[in-house]
Amino acid sequence: MRWDVVVNNFDYLLWGPFPQGPLGGLALSIVLAIGGIFGAFWLGLVVGLLRISRNRLARWAAMVYIEIIRGIPILMMIFWFYFLAPVVLGRSLPEFWSALVAFIIFTSAYIAEIVRAGVTALPKGQTEAARGSGLTHLQAMRYVILPQALRNMIPSFVNQFVSLTKDTSLAYIIGVLELTRAATQINNRTLIAPTEIFATIAVMYFVICYALTSASRRLEKQLSRYQARGR
Amino acid sequence: MNYDFNWGLVLSGEYGQWIVQGVITTLQISAISIVFSMLLGTIIAVFRLSQIKPLEWFSIAFTEFFRNTPLLVQIFFWYFGSDAVLPKAVNQWLYKQNFEFAAGVIALTVYTSAFIAEEIRSGIFSIPKTQLESSRATGLSFIQAMRYVILPQAFRIIIPPLISQFLNLIKNSSLCMTIGVMELTYMARQIESYTFHGFEAFTVATLIYLFISLIVSFAVNQYNKYFLKQYSW
Repeated sequence: MRWDVVVNNFDYLLWGPFPQGPLGGLALSIVLAIGGIFGAFWLGLVVGLLRISRNRLARWAAMVYIEIIRGIPILMMIFWFYFLAPVVLGRSLPEFWSALVAFIIFTSAYIAEIVRAGVTALPKGQTEAARGSGLTHLQAMRYVILPQALRNMIPSFVNQFVSLTKDTSLAYIIGVLELTRAATQINNRTLIAPTEIFATIAVMYFVICYALTSASRRLEKQLSRYQARGR
Repeated sequence: MNYDFNWGLVLSGEYGQWIVQGVITTLQISAISIVFSMLLGTIIAVFRLSQIKPLEWFSIAFTEFFRNTPLLVQIFFWYFGSDAVLPKAVNQWLYKQNFEFAAGVIALTVYTSAFIAEEIRSGIFSIPKTQLESSRATGLSFIQAMRYVILPQAFRIIIPPLISQFLNLIKNSSLCMTIGVMELTYMARQIESYTFHGFEAFTVATLIYLFISLIVSFAVNQYNKYFLKQYSW
């Protein structure tokens, strides 16, 4: 076992060639995951609300969007933005940005389903009462429904964040220097410790994702105590 | 946008055959992994529910670890690092076979079985506890009670979530291209690098994935509609 290879290159795994070069490694994975979840939250919220709106066309369009995105592998999504960007924009996007856009679009479809489930899980009386007190549909959503629904959705959002953190490893494929790519570079350079290197990054991903999942589990327990639920 | 679309190129001749070959490999690797991950997932789930503490701990550690690490990293781990983990004889045998394919199957199986184990566990939990108690009281052993009373009922409930795990596995099999398994995504990438017509190749591959996924989710919805209603308690 050659753990010295891992120890010697550990800073490269953590932040890549930074500060001499661009940021990479685990730090870049985290940037991708946070940027991705932030973008996907807003896009997913819009799509999720369209999915349950009373406009048939909007509902239909949101459904098609969700079904298509959930039906194809995320790797395909990443290739799409990588190869589609030059065709549409006339020039290629930097790898980091095309990966980030792919993550945002991909995750937004799953967030939209969470939003839909969260809103429909609230008792119907809430919307009716809000509407009955003179709020418009949008106001009722904004001030009554979403604040309650979003709180209930927090655990699901955290789970989605965990999946996204794992999925950032796929940015490897188009050459973004995140943790998995940094690891393969070290592996290609040294060639003597593949098991140690990949076991190390697996543990690094695990520590982050496990911390998040146990936090979400604890949160779920806490939230379920004072939660408006029903049909 | 000045891109010269050439759909005939991807859909016919040699490249068309590549796509067909890719679909076959995708379905092969998925089918084999589904069978193995069902077996492993069931074992892990039963471990979790058994009264023997070390088995329970093993099962918890197994599911938590493999669910919380990226599949790509697991694929690399088995592909590059199997020397250090698997027994020498097993490795010798695997190298003689199609090693990329085998590493892909191992990674997909282990990863998916962690998710399947959780589905099975929640299915078993949804069966009222009295079922187990009364079957034990009639003289069945724990394993017999599981085998003849609990699991048949539990499996009926969890068929829809299990099938969506299978669907995830089919989509996840695309990651095996990174170690050179010539499945659908690999072939699309290959056509791209030979012809620079990535747009067409990826469209065709995407539509194939979409087709598979829509068929499966349609079937699950039908199942939910007709069968699951009768078993809601």
